[in-house]
Amino acid sequence: MTSLILKRLGIGLITVLAVSVIIFFGTKILPGDAAQIRMGQQATAENVAALREKLGLDKSYVMQYLTWLGNFVRGDLGISLSSDVPIVNLISDRYQNTLYVSVLTAVIGVPISLMLGIMAAMFPGSLYDRVLTFISVTLVAAPEFFTATLMVLLFVFALGIGTAVVVGSTEGKGVFELISHFALPITTLSFVIASQLIRMSRAAVLNVMSSPYIEMAILKGVPRRRIIFRHALLNAIGPIVNVVALNLAYLVTGVIVVEIYFGYSGLATLIVQGVQTRDFVLVQCLGMIFCLTYVVLMLIADIAAYASNPRLRHPK
Amino acid sequence: MSTTDTPIGAHPDMLGGMPDGDKTDHFVAPYDEGVSFDELPDAPPKARFRLTTTGKIGAFFVIFWFFIAVFGPMLAPYGENDLPFPDAYSEFQVPQAGAWLGTDVQDRDILSRIMYGAGRTIGISVIATLIAYFIGVVLGIGAAVSSPRVDMVMSRINDAFLSLPTIMLGLVVVAAVGSSIPVLIITAGCIYASVVFRLARALGQEIMVMDFVEAAKARGEGRWWIITREIWPNAAMPLITDFGLRLIYIILFVSSLSFLGLGVQPPQADWGSMVRDNLGALQYGASVIPVLAPALAIATLTVGINLVVDDISAQSGGKLSKRL
Amino acid sequence: MTDSPNQNEVIFEAKNLQISAIRDDGTELPIVKGVDFKVRRGEVIALIGESGSGKTTISLSALGYCKPGLKFAGGEALLLGKDVSKMSTDELRPSRGINVAYLAQSAAATFNPSIKINEQVTESPVLHGTKTQAEADEKALKLYHALELPDPENIGDRFPHQVSGGQLQRLMAAMALCGEPDLLVLDEPTTALDVTTQIEVLKAFKQVIKEEGAAAIYVTHDLAVVAQIADHIVVLYNGEVKEAGPTDIIINRPQHPYTKRLMNAIKPLPEAGQGESSSDEYLRKDPALEAKDVDAGYGGLDADGTPKFPVLRDINVAIERGKTVGIIGESGCGKSTLARVLAGLLPAASGEVLLHGKTLPPALANRTRDQLQKVQFVYQMADTALNPRQKITDILGRPVEFYLGLKGADKRQRVEELLDMVELPRQFADRYPHELSGGQKQRVNLARALAAEPEVVLCDEVTSALDTIVGANVIELLKRLRRETGVSFVFISHDLSTVSNFADEIVVLYAGRVAEQGSTDKVLSPPYHPYTRLLVSSVPETRIGWLEEAAQTREAKAGVAGAVKLTKKGCPFFERCPLAIPGTCETIDPPQRLDGAGHIIECHREVSELGG
Ligand SMILES: Nc1ncnc2c1ncn2[C@@H]1O[C@H](COP(=O)(O)OP(=O)(O)OP(=O)(O)O)[C@@H](O)[C@H]1O
Ligand code: SF4
Ligand SMILES: [Mg+2]
Repeated sequence: MTSLILKRLGIGLITVLAVSVIIFFGTKILPGDAAQIRMGQQATAENVAALREKLGLDKSYVMQYLTWLGNFVRGDLGISLSSDVPIVNLISDRYQNTLYVSVLTAVIGVPISLMLGIMAAMFPGSLYDRVLTFISVTLVAAPEFFTATLMVLLFVFALGIGTAVVVGSTEGKGVFELISHFALPITTLSFVIASQLIRMSRAAVLNVMSSPYIEMAILKGVPRRRIIFRHALLNAIGPIVNVVALNLAYLVTGVIVVEIYFGYSGLATLIVQGVQTRDFVLVQCLGMIFCLTYVVLMLIADIAAYASNPRLRHPK
Repeated sequence: MSTTDTPIGAHPDMLGGMPDGDKTDHFVAPYDEGVSFDELPDAPPKARFRLTTTGKIGAFFVIFWFFIAVFGPMLAPYGENDLPFPDAYSEFQVPQAGAWLGTDVQDRDILSRIMYGAGRTIGISVIATLIAYFIGVVLGIGAAVSSPRVDMVMSRINDAFLSLPTIMLGLVVVAAVGSSIPVLIITAGCIYASVVFRLARALGQEIMVMDFVEAAKARGEGRWWIITREIWPNAAMPLITDFGLRLIYIILFVSSLSFLGLGVQPPQADWGSMVRDNLGALQYGASVIPVLAPALAIATLTVGINLVVDDISAQSGGKLSKRL
Repeated sequence: MTDSPNQNEVIFEAKNLQISAIRDDGTELPIVKGVDFKVRRGEVIALIGESGSGKTTISLSALGYCKPGLKFAGGEALLLGKDVSKMSTDELRPSRGINVAYLAQSAAATFNPSIKINEQVTESPVLHGTKTQAEADEKALKLYHALELPDPENIGDRFPHQVSGGQLQRLMAAMALCGEPDLLVLDEPTTALDVTTQIEVLKAFKQVIKEEGAAAIYVTHDLAVVAQIADHIVVLYNGEVKEAGPTDIIINRPQHPYTKRLMNAIKPLPEAGQGESSSDEYLRKDPALEAKDVDAGYGGLDADGTPKFPVLRDINVAIERGKTVGIIGESGCGKSTLARVLAGLLPAASGEVLLHGKTLPPALANRTRDQLQKVQFVYQMADTALNPRQKITDILGRPVEFYLGLKGADKRQRVEELLDMVELPRQFADRYPHELSGGQKQRVNLARALAAEPEVVLCDEVTSALDTIVGANVIELLKRLRRETGVSFVFISHDLSTVSNFADEIVVLYAGRVAEQGSTDKVLSPPYHPYTRLLVSSVPETRIGWLEEAAQTREAKAGVAGAVKLTKKGCPFFERCPLAIPGTCETIDPPQRLDGAGHIIECHREVSELGG
């Protein structure tokens, strides 16, 4: 078990390195270089060359990569090409919005979806199950901005609550104020991950519920509640944690669309700006941050899967 | 219970003979001497595949949008950048005769743009899915039949790609080379090829360890025969079903990029970018239609595909969803 | 249990019981078509029949339970006078586990992998309030002792995957009995076990059923087992009762043609003088295929050239031209591995395989087409051995074309001849495998091997997945083919009876080593290798009272079937051997004792000590 987890951690580390290579060299295909872009069109050749040297751009790509990676690990993220500001500052100005929305979505959306999904698995084929399944099959395939539009229709147009844009500062707001501040993005994202979570948690529990040992428990006359909470959930917990981690990883994508849709600034808007202004130093950094989050969540998903296997938990 | 004298195995009104002449509980069912009992009859054939109601609704939308994708530009009332009311120029006009869905942020006819956009969104996605399938299937099945070492190297590289959020990869590529329709197609195709690779490789491996493949190897068949005659016919069906799912994800990916302003570039119409262009309508409270209409178009298409796919996989024993 | 154990009390009665399957399109398909039988206190009723006859479905009705997709369609299932087929789950709950308990076919699947054994065993009576936890624990402990489980005090603290299959099967019996039910429903509880383990489990079951004064419904397809354990037999075919009566009558004087068919399909007991050609002087003059000093295993080779997971050690086997060699041994002893080495599917780690005295390259890829053609392999599961996307004509036609170069009409004609050979109608050529029944698929599987016109055909458990009658027919076919084609067969099976009435020579494998080999007559008569003796005495006879005799005469120690362990040196049978010589047997490889021509026993004991 420990060795399996260590192995998985090792693979995770290799993945992170591979990711950094892809991101670094991916942005290197770009014609033109950082020095030229930062100095602008009017800069003299000497000035550009001087800056190139200062930024280490005259070194080989491999050296540049190693320096960049080393700096990244130490928290030195470099200077934005388009705005000439240290990227750390750009990020620290905006990361809260992204963090608030994703954490609040996770805290509110995940438990509710899991409950709904597990309940659907407890009464398979019931009206409740069929309606829920239909809704999640529908929402799972719909784009985030469709769900967002539905939310705006519901809250802003039908109920007359708030506006279709998130405006104002979050300074000094408590949890509940934050929730109402970000009500639209949070509900949108919750719906998006809920559709996945409901389907997958329902499937995970149903899978366990159809195993022979559950049939045996029924034939032993074990009451329904005990079958679910002692016999089934114990074996379904691993798959469910796995599902949750996978879906949180998915939030990374959802957050980007939602920020643009509701027009508040966060890390996602920042990276989109970076792409539009071809500020690849910024894109590299933010890309790494998003990918790292994603890789860590995938790691948790896999470790949850190992941990759920009793053969690994209690070796012979 | 007082009927203890009823012979075992015999229901009072279906008693057979009482052979042996003795009073034991011996029951023998009536029989024909001629009947042989060599083998039990096989199970009856499975019911034929039928779409459920939701599946039919899904199929309707899919057919509808593919039709529009092909014939939309011919049927559209205006060109994609024409103004229906050039004299009364005003953004976000309400639906009215001559512009059934109203006009957008630049006073263009929304209905026409959706009809033009259909071809672009669906076309890009379908071509990208085909590319993803071609690359993914060739490499995936190739890895499955290769030596373990080659297979491991290929899978590890693929895993690294898979462990990135697709939208991030898309952003990095667009940041590097800029956005155009060919770039979109190739990017989407390559990114999703890694998902297809994983599926094709898993399928290939599953089939590779089947006894009939080993039998072919033991017969001395070459690798080409094994791939084309033994593996491919068995992998094709599940792969085709998965095509629908992959198409959904690619449509969503392409639309999301367009929505972020990094996909199809103006003034060309595309559903994702239409949502973005017209977000203002929603935010100023002008109208919902300019945003809702293209979003709804994507949703009905992807949900429609999903309803059909869901039907198919449910009826093929839900195996597909397990593989994914 | 009631206070006055009335011997005639009817515990369960099925009255015109009908159960249907609900198809996808909502129509109903009758599975059980009006079945009647009764179970009285202290009585064991056996339901026998082949797969698909509805045995399991009927037995579950005693618990008022239908598998998902099935439903009660009529009649009554009376448990202690109450019709359980019409009760809701809530109404049934109090009686499940207390009045009636269930033992499933696979214990490994029916134990919850995440909960300790003891909690699962005692769960039912404790939840129903018929016992306190302490009382239930005490009862469980008693049962562990009665079922001869190792380390009974602590076994309950383990998780299910921490005990062996045979032990888990007995633990499941403890789970069923802990609530002291009036009726036990046992569904093929010994089918998954080796013969040497089966006998122990059977003995324990029989004993415990008697002591607890319960009644039982015992589901099986094995008549020999039925003869040991049942008082009454109900013969089922296609959801109907064909014959029912006391065990003695059904076994010895069956009336219905189907019952007679079943009885005829029972293999004769393994005894000397059954092999097709039983010549005393069995000489190895002209072996077609030969294994010399073969070591093999899985997981790649370590630095010292031994496999990571060694399975076979020092194997010497020869397959005489035109003869049949049976390979026998319990599950996991390496039978399939040996066949795979002979076929070249698994290269040997050391030693060599010879075809007509010439060494074969170990790996398939290096063998010539000619060499490949000569040795053909038949897989156990026809389902996975036949490509589901190829028609029978392609499956059989390919080797014909590949090895013999026949094309077009010649090929088609050869395919039809092959179908004739395996007694299948010619029009099957245009069918796909899933349009054939299990036995028919197995015939196609055989025909494919014969299509290559080989010299040696390796058959790995080709009848084990088939029903009794179907399997018996396949054996008949094999015998005919052997006579007509002169091909050598290697016939692998865990079932000594099957092997003994088909093979000229028998190789007994134990834990990856040959324990004994020689002509069928020699191997099946004294002197025996101690393991062969155990095997021979474990094969159940279809004779009432055999179990008691066998249990008495068998050496007690040999019965405790541990997991088969491979050893690097010495005799692997040491731990179970009643004749073992401590200090010698487990440290030194046993020598080959020769008892007449070609009969080899690998044992430290002298041949004279092994006789009698
Ligand atoms: N691919 C494999 N990798 C590792 N170990 C294996 C593999 N296949 C079989 N084994 C192990 O090798 C041993 C012998 O297996 P083998 O299949 O030859 O036994 P067998 O006698 O045919 O058993 P059975 O009667 O159950 O078919 C077993 O312990 C098994 O677990
Ligand atoms: S060698 Fe020893 S342990 Fe092995 S069978 Fe002979 S007597 Fe028994
Ligand atoms: Mg085997």
